[in-house]
Order: sequence, then C-alpha cells, then structure tokens
Amino acid sequence: MIRGKAWKFGDDISTDLITAGRYYHLRSNMNELVKHIFEDADINFAKEVLKREQVYIVVGGRNFGKGSSREHAARLIKMVSPAVLAKSFARIFYRNCFNLGLPALIVDTDKIEHGDELEIDLAKGRVRNLTKNYELNFSPIPESLQKILQEGGIIEYIKKYRDIKF
Amino acid sequence: MGLTLCERILSDKLNREVKAGEIVVSPVDMTIVQDGTGPLTFDVIKEIMGKEYVFDPKKALLVIDHTGPSPRVELSNFQLALRNFSKNTGALLRDVGEGISHILLAEDYVKPGDVVVGADSHTSTSGGLGAFATGMGSTDIAIAMILGKIWFRVPETLKFNLKGKFQKGVYSKDIILHIIGTIGEEGGNYKAMEYGGEGLKELSMDARFTVTSMAQEAGAKLGIFPSDENTKKHLEENGRGKDWKPLKADDDANYEKVYEINLDELEPLISIPHNPGNVKKVKEVEKENIKVNQVFIGTCTNGRLEDLRIAAKILKGNRVHKDTRTLIYPASRKIYHQALKEGLIDTFIEAGAVVGIPGCGACPGIHQGILGDNEVCVATQNRNFKGRLGNPNSYIYLSSPATAASCAIAGKIVDPREYV
Repeated sequence: MIRGKAWKFGDDISTDLITAGRYYHLRSNMNELVKHIFEDADINFAKEVLKREQVYIVVGGRNFGKGSSREHAARLIKMVSPAVLAKSFARIFYRNCFNLGLPALIVDTDKIEHGDELEIDLAKGRVRNLTKNYELNFSPIPESLQKILQEGGIIEYIKKYRDIKF
Repeated sequence: MGLTLCERILSDKLNREVKAGEIVVSPVDMTIVQDGTGPLTFDVIKEIMGKEYVFDPKKALLVIDHTGPSPRVELSNFQLALRNFSKNTGALLRDVGEGISHILLAEDYVKPGDVVVGADSHTSTSGGLGAFATGMGSTDIAIAMILGKIWFRVPETLKFNLKGKFQKGVYSKDIILHIIGTIGEEGGNYKAMEYGGEGLKELSMDARFTVTSMAQEAGAKLGIFPSDENTKKHLEENGRGKDWKPLKADDDANYEKVYEINLDELEPLISIPHNPGNVKKVKEVEKENIKVNQVFIGTCTNGRLEDLRIAAKILKGNRVHKDTRTLIYPASRKIYHQALKEGLIDTFIEAGAVVGIPGCGACPGIHQGILGDNEVCVATQNRNFKGRLGNPNSYIYLSSPATAASCAIAGKIVDPREYV
C-alpha cells in the first residue's frame, strides 16, 4: 500500500517542465538535479518535498511526461514520489516509469485536489482518497509492464532472466 | 486483412505475421544514444553486465550532437563518456560537428525495413526512409544494446493520405503542424502515423523527414513513409543505392483511422507558445504584430539541405532585421559542406545571419541561442515548451524555414507568402 499527499499539477507537463534543459549538465549528479525538479511548473515543489517531512504523490492531468525521452525525468520523480498518477501519459515517459519500478497509474485525477491524502492499492487497482472518502479505479496496467514492475524494474528483470521473455 | 507498414516490418523481422496490439520482441538493426542520454545508458549497461558492452558494435551509434562544442566541464565529461565507450567496445562514434544523430542515421546507416531504437524522442525521423524507428529511455536502449533486441507493442496505425500539390509558401512542416493541430498532442499516443496517397511524390526525402521527426509531438510511437523512388534516390545520393528496397503497406491493411490531407488547401502554419499543438495560421498571428528577437533555422526537423535552400532563396539579396539575430545551424557536416558549395552560406552571411556548428544548436536549451527574458524566437525546431530554449520567461513559435526566414527579414511574425 502506497500512501501520501497529492501534489497536483495541470495538463501537459512536459519532461522539460520536470527537468529543464538548462540543468542538463547536472544529469550526472541526480542529487543536485532533483533540487530543480518541476522548477518551471511549480517552484515550491522541490523545496517542500525535499524537506522529507511528508510523503507526496505526484498527480498530473492529461499527457503527463510528454516530449523528450530523457529518462532522468522519471528517475527524479522516483526519488521524491512513490507513484505518479495522471489522466493520461506520454508513451516514452510511461514506459520509463515502469522500467524504473515506478508505478504510473492512469486515473481520473480531476477528482483529486492538491493536498488530498491518497492511498494506492496496486493489487486491487484502486486509489482511495482518504480526505474526501471515495475510491477511484485506475486503468489496468498492461501485462508486459506488470511483469517488469513485479521484478522491481527492467534492470532487475534482465539481471534475473538475461532475456526478455514476454 | 493485409498489413500496415509497421506490421509488415515487424512480421519480416520475426518471420511470422504480427498484428497491432501484440507484444513482440524484435531484433534491432541500429541503436543510438546521444551525449545527453548516453552516459545513463552506459551506467545501466555496466550495472547489468559489470562492464561496458554492446552486442554488435556496428549496430550501436553514439553521437555528440546536443552539447558540442562543450560550453562547460560537466558536458565535456558526458562527451568523454561517449568517446571512451566507443574506444572500449568498438561502437560507432560521430563526434562534435558531424551532425545530429537522426540526420546521420538517414545519411549513412538506416535502410527501408530496419528497426531502429534511440535514446532520443526524435528517433522517429528515420521513419522517412520506411524504417520502424522510435525513441525510448536510456534503460531500454541499454537493454537493446546488450541483447540486440527489444520489446514493442505493435502499434495501431493512423493513416494520412496526401493529395494535391503544395501551394506557394507551404511546405512539409505545415503538414505536420496541421496534423498535430488537428489530432492534438495526444492524438497519436501509442500509435504509428503512416503516410500514403498520390501526394507522396510531392515530398522529397528532406520533406518527409520533417514530417516523421515530429511524430512525438503528436504523441505517436513513430511516423513512417513507404519506400519508393524518392527513397531510392536519397540512398543513391548518399552512396547507398544497394540499401534500397521497395516497401509499402497492403491495400487492405487495417487502419484505426484514415485522414485525407489536401495539400492544395494547406496554408502556412505556426505553433504558438507553449505547446506544439497550439497551431494557428500565420496570417492570423501576423495581425498581432509580434516582434521577433531571434530566428533559429536548423534541427532534426528542419536543418536539411532543402530547408537551407528555401531559407536562402528568401534571404538572398535581403538583410535580416537589425533587431532579429538569425541563427542557422546546418544539421550535418555533409549538409553544411553542400550548402557551402551551392553558395547558400554566402547568402546567409551576406544577409547578416549567423551560421553555426552542425548539431542540435539552440534546440535543447543548453547553449548557442538561449533566449533573454520576454524574448520571442521563431524556430524551425519541433518543440516550444516553456523553457525549451533555456529560459522559462521567453516565447517560442514553431514554423517552416520559409516562415522563419521571412520573419527574420521583417523583424516580426509575417506570412511567408509575401516573401517567397
């Protein structure tokens, strides 16, 4: 069970908004780069989340993670959020998340407000809003991505099987 | 039921018929990384294999295009990582100034029917040659480099049938902007965008690559053209005539949706800040009298020879506006060299433009054209996301090279039909 407070973003959060090109040089230093996560979307996010006083869950709108293939975007989110929820995801970002063992869940996030306390049950496919007391079902995770997630990501999967077996 | 181009290519690779929706593990003909995504790819390879490794060094291309020549030490070290990986494994390396990975793939490596994966979202560009080419994250590319294969979900296909002829001032960039404006930035999500119809012959290879380069901006996995006489000519011109083979979809292939695009009816289009999907007619935006501080012509989308010829034709005998710095970055060394022989570079310099180093130029927002606060740039690149040119307090408009060159002369956003 994953639990945390929703940090709400809008539609069309590009990977440039998650990690801006002007911090390109920090890609080899993720602990520094994470200080600039979502800087152009919400300047307060990194400051608050990195206090590590509270677990936050990144919640987006439509087409979350659009744009560049930069996997650093998904890796940075994994450093600060146990899952990412959105109404829809751009495909490279979506696949990157599962490869890293970060659940990216498609759910009607219009119903979630900033600061709502969420509880995610991956096995049952449900997000429970503890603040507002209702449940949302997320779209089923494709089987191939479930297999990757079960192993904790594609790196662990390949280390174990030394092959792709699906 | 017949096969789409994607189903055809993957069926040929796997020696069995595959259909949209299936998960397949396909061999890859080429894997690519660039200086921004390569170092992470190598870290993953080392984590899995315990050393730098690639299954076939001739199928791994490392390109230094985003950051070269390096403006700072961290980026110099990214570049070193690529050079060292190449030395240690024999993987192919193309160094600073040789060009953008997607252009080099089209010039020297990719064949019709190939499967190409790259740690760069614009890997789809190679689809212009009739290849199944798509972008992925560094970890997926690491796995493809280790195993020589990767998994795909065979995509459903949207078919775009082209007919008619381009009118004055209208180019292939306007086709893809029209499509993104029509189907939206998610309209192609997880799908393939396949092009066909009698209008195909109007599109040179350079024009086709512009269209396929921006598949990602419609959310698509890839864009793909059939392999025809234009494809053959392109390969011959690059000394690779033997790499050609014809390739087309079956007449009775199953498409999720078919769109008809009449080139006769297309007008010059422009994408306004901060999303590529915000597409308007240039003649409408012109009314707003928007002053332009920077024009940027180049990138994997519009830095090819035909693009430079179009820009040069407009700039010839003119001067760029005194308040509009105009940056022109040929997309590869070969293109730069040919442009030099044709006198295009003379034209640019005489017009007061800056001609830069072959590569991605300003597009990744690292160097070579970062905007100041509240500045406006008209760019031939593929993305106008907030902050894309290095400054979140600036504004990027996406257009064809003709529109961009016209704006450079006028110093404001103008319809290119007044200049071509």
